[in-house]
Amino acid sequence: MDPVSRLRFATVWLAGCSGCHMSFLDLDEWLLTFAELAEVVYSPIGSDVKTYPEGVDIALVEGGVANRDNLELILQVRARTRLLVSFGDCAITANIPGMRNMLGGAEPVLRRAYLELADGSATLPHAPGIVPELLERVWPVHEVVPVDVYLPGCPPDAARIRACLEPLLLGKTPVMEGADMIRFG
Amino acid sequence: MSVVTLTIDGHAVAMAADATLLEAARDVGRPLPTLCFLEGLSPVAACRLCLVEIEGESRPQPACVTPVREGQVVRTDTPLLADLRRSVVELLFTEGNHVCAICVANGHCELQDLAVAVGMDHSRLPYRFPERSVDLSHPLFGLDHNRCILCTRCVRVCDEIEGAHVWDVGWRGEHCRIISGLHQPWGEVDACTDCGKCVQVCPTGALFHKGEGTEEKHAHPDQLQALVKARSQRWTP
Repeated sequence: MDPVSRLRFATVWLAGCSGCHMSFLDLDEWLLTFAELAEVVYSPIGSDVKTYPEGVDIALVEGGVANRDNLELILQVRARTRLLVSFGDCAITANIPGMRNMLGGAEPVLRRAYLELADGSATLPHAPGIVPELLERVWPVHEVVPVDVYLPGCPPDAARIRACLEPLLLGKTPVMEGADMIRFG
Repeated sequence: MSVVTLTIDGHAVAMAADATLLEAARDVGRPLPTLCFLEGLSPVAACRLCLVEIEGESRPQPACVTPVREGQVVRTDTPLLADLRRSVVELLFTEGNHVCAICVANGHCELQDLAVAVGMDHSRLPYRFPERSVDLSHPLFGLDHNRCILCTRCVRVCDEIEGAHVWDVGWRGEHCRIISGLHQPWGEVDACTDCGKCVQVCPTGALFHKGEGTEEKHAHPDQLQALVKARSQRWTP
């Protein structure tokens, strides 16, 4: 295919373990086929671009929205992306990062992690402009911005990612049904 | 034994008069999703997944406790029912703290399976993230209230099959939870025989064997069914 007509593709890493991105890399040799259909314009594993660009066709978003950086980025992603895919259980349910929500706010979480469980050097992190502040709770992506496609799994395996991406690259809607496609966990 | 005939999704079926719509639907090859229902225990219609539409009735009825009637016209698979079932599963997921990835029952969980069955790729309802506790006071078993969906299978199996009635339901609304004894730590309840039937019938990872890690819990509700059958068919002189 003519490189000019390739779709502009991005992956985004919010509050998650990057396991979904590792699973994306498990696509192995299909990534070569993928590269003929899509140009990676932003991705922590496939690009050095630091600012989310305009005019993105498809974005896979891993992770929940947990801090101010995540929030700023997801708003940018939504504004500049045609098809936003909620990529993995953390993006869809808040999953493991979301377990801090049960403690009831950012302050008790920081106190637990940095004071109560500290080994003698108990200090709350405070570096405005450097360390992004935690939001009061971790949000699933679709509770913050509209989402077009949901790709569950912890992580979704490579076959599932491919079965979702292939139709999207051809301008079709993937069929997200059945245990192979939508099982959580 | 009297027999009634009815129609389920266009299929005519003859059933014993004391049968339920759930049995009739299974008989005619239209199995309904269930969660609180377990063959061998009394039905309680707690989960509302087996709702069906009956012609002439103003609202859907739970098939597990609705008796068959002569001439009933029943539908098990309508857009309304599909939406209700997905909503029920979303309510269960968002009401508690179900983190499949790190659950003992991951891969062997009836709630997780149902999410697939009803087409839940995300929840349209917001997650609550309630603060719930874990009871590890019993030497062999644990109870994680985060994963409990209040199906009451444990309550019923302990009462109806084991006869110990360790479990019950306490409080109401969002505070509703399973309690052991007189709301004592499980390990302090003398009535518990340590039989583990509650663990075997729990559809999620709420009740588990101590030492089971992620994905390691396999429930065995079939053991209960074998027990019920053996008892009911026992020869007596």
